Amino acid sequence: MSFINYSSREINCKIVYYGPGLCGKTTNLQYIYNKTNPEAKGKMISLATETDRTLFFDFLPLSLGEIRGFKTRFHLYTVPGQVFYDASRKLILKGVDGVVFVGDSQLERMEANIESLDNLRTNLQEQGYDLDKLPYVVQFNKRDLPNSAPMEELLEVLNPTKVPHYEAVATKGVGVFDTLKAVAKLVLTELRKAG
Amino acid sequence: MSNQLVMYEEELAQISNICDVLQRDSNAKAVLVIDKNGQAIAQSGEVEQLDVTSLSSLTAGNVAATGGIAQLLAEKEFAGQFHEGEKTNVHISIVGARVILLVLFDERSSLGLVRLRVRKAAVELTHVLEVLVKKSESGNQPSVFAEITDDDIDNLFND
Repeated sequence: MSFINYSSREINCKIVYYGPGLCGKTTNLQYIYNKTNPEAKGKMISLATETDRTLFFDFLPLSLGEIRGFKTRFHLYTVPGQVFYDASRKLILKGVDGVVFVGDSQLERMEANIESLDNLRTNLQEQGYDLDKLPYVVQFNKRDLPNSAPMEELLEVLNPTKVPHYEAVATKGVGVFDTLKAVAKLVLTELRKAG
Repeated sequence: MSNQLVMYEEELAQISNICDVLQRDSNAKAVLVIDKNGQAIAQSGEVEQLDVTSLSSLTAGNVAATGGIAQLLAEKEFAGQFHEGEKTNVHISIVGARVILLVLFDERSSLGLVRLRVRKAAVELTHVLEVLVKKSESGNQPSVFAEITDDDIDNLFND
């Protein structure tokens, strides 16, 4: 749910990075955090376990600049990817304006990707959202690994609705900002439609 | 995109005023009004040292998690929370099912006083929120977003 403040002339939107455990959601946010000017970002918060697995969420507030005199702020969230944190994932999807599904390109993670994508759809439905109507992009991460599946296969299985997709190596930043820009644009375009 | 929260100058002034009065009457360090999705709406008191954005997001996460626990226990919601620190205490309450009222206080105040004042502020805040929701749903307010062009959006991303 975007928050438009006419008084302080701000638009606030929420983007959620979703995907199976260890697919690189937190790595995406860390890269964005490291490469963004200090004045454009807030503190990055990671609620993680002792072994650095996301426990509840990561949070990164980001300013992208102004549109027609309105400051645009994006709140980026990740969900915990591990299957048993489903209750937490549902909470984080509340009020979402745009979704990034981060798929793990490794062949052996295909099952986990499919399960996570199904879970995303189901959890959104429970909150009254339809993934096909939300600003939504797919990122195929870990493209540099030797055991990564061919793109055709990944696209067929994980992007049947043919939304914008990006190949990425989040640890090196490849595709990270392309993905963010794409989803942010879709969110703003949707806002215009609603306006 | 349904359920968009829109804040107008008039209502924000009223909400800020409620915050100011609550902060003063309860001797609180700071008062924050936060949207349930984690966006800061208004604040009052000693907020210069606070990371309001992070505090808002974490408070909303906390309230969401507590709400999740309530559901599991077949409770509607836990309307209030209190965290006791060595120096700073935190009182969190949900107002009008829509926003969170966060009060930070220290030894200059007490939980009893904060609770009492929060109750009064919550009634006023609920009223303002009702007006705000009606206003945004009526759709009579001018929107700048209909005029946004593709170029405006593209320009945001020109590094």
